Amino acid sequence: MSKGRFGIHGGQYIPETLMNAVIELEKAYEYYKKDPEFQAELTKLLNDYAGRPSRLYYAARMTEDLGGAKIYLKREDLNHTGAHKINNVLGQVLLAKKMGKTRVIAETGAGQHGVATATAAALMGMECEVFMGKEDTERQALNVYRMRLLGAQVHAVTSGTGTLKDAVSETMREWTNRVEDTHYVLGSCMGPHPFPTIVRDFQAVISKEIKEQMLEIEGRLPDAVLACVGGGSNAIGAFYNFIEDEGVRLIGCEAAGRGVNTAETAATIATGRLGIFHGMKSYFCQDEYGQIAPVYSISAGLDYPGIGPEHAALYDSGRAEYVAVTDDEAVDAFEYLSRTEGIIPAIESAHAVAYAKKLAPTMGKDQIMVINISGRGDKDCAAIARYRGENIYE
Amino acid sequence: MSNIRKAFENGKAFIPFITCGDPSLEITEQLVYAAEEAGADLVELGIPFSDPTAEGPVIQAANIRALSGGVTTDKIFDMVRRIRKNTQIPMVFMTYANVVFSYGTEKFVKTAAEIGMDGIILPDVPFEEKEEFDTVCKAHGLDLISLIAPTSHERITQIAKEANGFVYCVSSMGVTGVRSEISSDIGSMVALVKAAKDIPCAVGFGISTPEQAKKMADLSDGAIVGSAIVKLCGAYGKDCVPYVREYIRSMKDAIR
Repeated sequence: MSKGRFGIHGGQYIPETLMNAVIELEKAYEYYKKDPEFQAELTKLLNDYAGRPSRLYYAARMTEDLGGAKIYLKREDLNHTGAHKINNVLGQVLLAKKMGKTRVIAETGAGQHGVATATAAALMGMECEVFMGKEDTERQALNVYRMRLLGAQVHAVTSGTGTLKDAVSETMREWTNRVEDTHYVLGSCMGPHPFPTIVRDFQAVISKEIKEQMLEIEGRLPDAVLACVGGGSNAIGAFYNFIEDEGVRLIGCEAAGRGVNTAETAATIATGRLGIFHGMKSYFCQDEYGQIAPVYSISAGLDYPGIGPEHAALYDSGRAEYVAVTDDEAVDAFEYLSRTEGIIPAIESAHAVAYAKKLAPTMGKDQIMVINISGRGDKDCAAIARYRGENIYE
Repeated sequence: MSNIRKAFENGKAFIPFITCGDPSLEITEQLVYAAEEAGADLVELGIPFSDPTAEGPVIQAANIRALSGGVTTDKIFDMVRRIRKNTQIPMVFMTYANVVFSYGTEKFVKTAAEIGMDGIILPDVPFEEKEEFDTVCKAHGLDLISLIAPTSHERITQIAKEANGFVYCVSSMGVTGVRSEISSDIGSMVALVKAAKDIPCAVGFGISTPEQAKKMADLSDGAIVGSAIVKLCGAYGKDCVPYVREYIRSMKDAIR
């Protein structure tokens, strides 16, 4: 019977060729999840190699400037490879190695997940191939070079719109081609079961740390946690350990692109509807006949027409809220955080900063907000300069 | 007896796949008639999907061509209505879960049954997820076709037990497309199916030459060919009908 449901969402809508692979993965994960040795090994990697725990930083100047809630930044941008992606990747590549796999494949949008996978593969001596939309290889040329430098082979995907969704489709196709020795390191809390659960568990370290750090610094839980959402892995990581704490508002910030009333948007909750794609039932941007929409966002990492099934369920139940943030607002926030706090956020994370700028002034000075800064913005500088009309090339 | 069973009563079955609307629905209609004339026993009509994750480059490109030409599920239903005035050849839809789900599974299946379709193949709906589609299909007398793959192993028995119409044996790892060699042990996959249920098995994925078709049909009850036909449609466009007719004739002759 159907497995891996979050409310009505989730499931395993994949070709039969892959079914035994996901069943094998589920069994291995269930085993190693409870294996103290595996957990100790992973924790050691997260701490000594990736640099965890990441800091929870009180953004005093931003707090003062916005004049409302006290703002804390969860600094996932300080992790090795510059984003939260490494948390999941270290877990999955270690798991793949335990399962006897010798090769990993991955999709990537902005390139952060591809770089993280190439990094973990180099560290653990695995063969690595990354699939990236052709358009994204151009938007994020530096990350392509990074992956190659780390020993990975990068394939530019030309099918469809040449962006993240096509990279996911192509990686799935490659997995059906060669499944025996290969693990698909899915980068977000999406796809067929057990991926949404595995990725969430590996990213949940973010909210576990926020909770501990917040209790230590402030002696209480925050009033709101904000994170950007494409597939939703950094958001589910930042939300997960707060789901049971009803008093904590959980706010996911989607990419509205040029606006939710235009066709050039990637805001799934705002503009999508229920569907089945990439192995899961969830919300997707699609036309009336179920054809997947060619979505758009300035952020390659949020440029995805769907959302992870657990987010879809959190939306249905009302436990989490989802808001849409435009390119313009995100770019403003990118510059704002750079100038105000001296922190250049990834353009993805800037979507959460943008909504925080609106929300913080409406909250009391005795209230606390945490923004998950999922990644650093070095990779985006040239693109943002071009957005502002400056011709800088990497 | 379901119409699909009849497809397996003229010796080994030859099953061509056509992407609806490539190059146009008028040509698709002509292709169905040509296929029947040439000896095809069952026709798979592909409803194009924007992101067909089980397809190789040839059928991906055909889907894009068809969608760019403005093909929709409703227009394909209308085409089937026209076809059914002229032939009763067994026909199944092959498409992706979202095309059916997003149309409304009940509405899609009811319409498909009313216009005379005999079954549906959904490559992204495995055994574990089939119930939500199969219940509706059964209610309207449509066969939801089950697939088995070279990686299915011990799953084949449970899949075959609940299979309807015929079992689609995926010959190779990977996506659809022409292959020079098929190395899977089709014979033992088919034997596992037959041990679980008396149901026809047809082999697809990677078959393009008459020799391959004969070899696969010898091991099963029929051969399914997609990419090789779609390639002809891509190469000859609106003039593809005679080429496809000849090709199907040569394939059916080889497996007879």
